[in-house]
Amino acid sequence: MRLTLPRFLQLAVTLLTAAFLIVPAIQSIVAGLTVNYFRGLSSGLTLRWVGEVWRLYADSILLSMGLAVACLGVTLVIGVPAAYALAKNPGRLSRILEEFISLPLAVPGLALALALLQLYGSMTGFRTSWTFILVGHVLYTLPFMVRSVLAVLMAMDLKSLEESAATLGASAATRFRTIVVPNAMPGILAGALTVVTLSIGEFNLTWMLHTPYLKTLPVGLADSYASMRLEIASAYTLVFFVMIVPLLMAMQWATDRAQRISR
Amino acid sequence: MTLTIRNASKTYPDGTRALLPTDLTVGQGEILSLLGPSGCGKTTLLRIIAGLETPDAGTEVRFDDEDVTRLAVERRNVGMVFQSYALFPNMSVRANIGYGLKVRKVPRAEREQRVDEVLALCRLGDYAERAVTALSGGQRQRVALARAMAPRPRILLLDEPLSALDAALRDSLRDELAAMLRQFRITAVFVTHDQAEALAIADRIAVMSQGRMQQVGPPEELYRTPVSSFVARFIGNAMPLPGSIVDGRLVLPGGHLPLPAGTSGTEVFVRAEDVHLDDAGPLAGTVETVAFSGGHYRIGIAGITGETLFATHPGRQAPRPGDSVRLRIDAGDLLVLPQDRS
Ligand SMILES: Nc1ncnc2c1ncn2[C@@H]1O[C@H](COP(=O)(O)OP(=O)(O)OP(=O)(O)O)[C@@H](O)[C@H]1O
Ligand SMILES: [Mg+2]
Repeated sequence: MRLTLPRFLQLAVTLLTAAFLIVPAIQSIVAGLTVNYFRGLSSGLTLRWVGEVWRLYADSILLSMGLAVACLGVTLVIGVPAAYALAKNPGRLSRILEEFISLPLAVPGLALALALLQLYGSMTGFRTSWTFILVGHVLYTLPFMVRSVLAVLMAMDLKSLEESAATLGASAATRFRTIVVPNAMPGILAGALTVVTLSIGEFNLTWMLHTPYLKTLPVGLADSYASMRLEIASAYTLVFFVMIVPLLMAMQWATDRAQRISR
Repeated sequence: MTLTIRNASKTYPDGTRALLPTDLTVGQGEILSLLGPSGCGKTTLLRIIAGLETPDAGTEVRFDDEDVTRLAVERRNVGMVFQSYALFPNMSVRANIGYGLKVRKVPRAEREQRVDEVLALCRLGDYAERAVTALSGGQRQRVALARAMAPRPRILLLDEPLSALDAALRDSLRDELAAMLRQFRITAVFVTHDQAEALAIADRIAVMSQGRMQQVGPPEELYRTPVSSFVARFIGNAMPLPGSIVDGRLVLPGGHLPLPAGTSGTEVFVRAEDVHLDDAGPLAGTVETVAFSGGHYRIGIAGITGETLFATHPGRQAPRPGDSVRLRIDAGDLLVLPQDRS
């Protein structure tokens, strides 16, 4: 392959773009591992800052993971049956309902948070508990679960599958358990990964809803940037990466699979 | 099991009267075919029998002496083969066939044994562990049949089970399916819009048109003594002979034909295989088209009626287009029918 001028330009632009994205990330990660950022790598590598992050922000990390799991649980319990109901009753009303569920996608997280504060702010017990943040996360992630499952359900011949199961003696509950859920699994999986990833990374809404004792991972990140030495903030970024990158990769894989089925 | 349907009708929410009040009985072990053009209500009737469709008030569906009109589909114990087969894509062939037994909580050992039996009957033994997505059309159809039969249903319902296959395969599978249904000795209702399929498989055929039952009887009876011009046209493609009836004779542009004695109908039909080339025949016409189709020629003749009349000619030689020919139609082969109410 000869390196002609247009090809060279193409390559250069691609490499530049990649560098533009990756260099800051690498720099930040490296910063979290060096003994002294201002003296550079020559000062040596250390895991001390990562340990420090854990000591200071273990609560945030655990809270975020707990929130993500709880949020996933709630969106599964609400979202899968909701998608099933929408798929079974196609019609104007269902379309309107689907749009309605998707509304939080269009409304800025801050506005959503403000609405929640106005509505529940006076219920002190609830306001200061982690379930308050959970409600925000569920509102924000539910449409992703519903849409993902709905896409897979709409792609299969749900009516015939259910009817044939019914003639074979399966009750409505059995059909849901043995036919609907297993066949919707790729959509459920893709939805689940999206929900977990979004919940862990959500900042806008969470920042409005959090209290000093309830900081999630991204809120803690902002806090560390504002108040800690640079190495700790960078180590925090590293921790965040380690948690979110595998999730992102798994999400890509699951979404591909779901799309292959709905095609 | 004997299936008895009385006064069955169905009006869809949008007002479509898909099925007008209909009576039908299917005897123990009998294979009945519901035959009719697209949209005549065959699937609707089948789904009423299965319990998948709620019929209009006044409908009565009986399995032997039991009134099942209000029984939910999952408790009716019917076996159904869907047009699209609707195999469960998340299960293997074996799991598909065993599904009905599993949801009925048949113990594992007995279930496996029954599935093995059905697999052997439907010649699916080699494919038991395959995914259903990795099967050919014909194999899928057999899995659908095996799955419906495994729980030993009281009645087997099939909705155009061959229509998803391509033409060549359909012909060979038709006889195979007929043989398998006989082997099961089960009461069966078989929906099709293909008369050849109905003639090959059914003990009796019920011809439907626009939500109405036209005629029910053995294939030979429908073929030889249709009660309406719709049935005559639909089974065996009878051609109309439009002409005036004068003194027991049918007057056509191409000549006169004596009608059988004692008929009261007003419309006359004939099938191509009953139109004979005969130099001494009473009808005269001109050959328009000649098509050779293996065992015989199909000859289109103008000048007898307003339209082209076809004759099946078994000889070794055929006349050429443009030749003048004379035709004979025996009085016994004419179908004289009352006018269709529409
Ligand atoms: N869910 C429905 N709502 C409204 N009308 C319907 C519905 N299902 C069927 N119909 C109408 O009822 C009539 C009979 O339909 P049905 O499916 O029983 O016909 P069919 O004889 O099985 O035809 P085909 O050979 O095309 O399958 C048709 O006119 C059809 O348009
Ligand atoms: Mg149909």
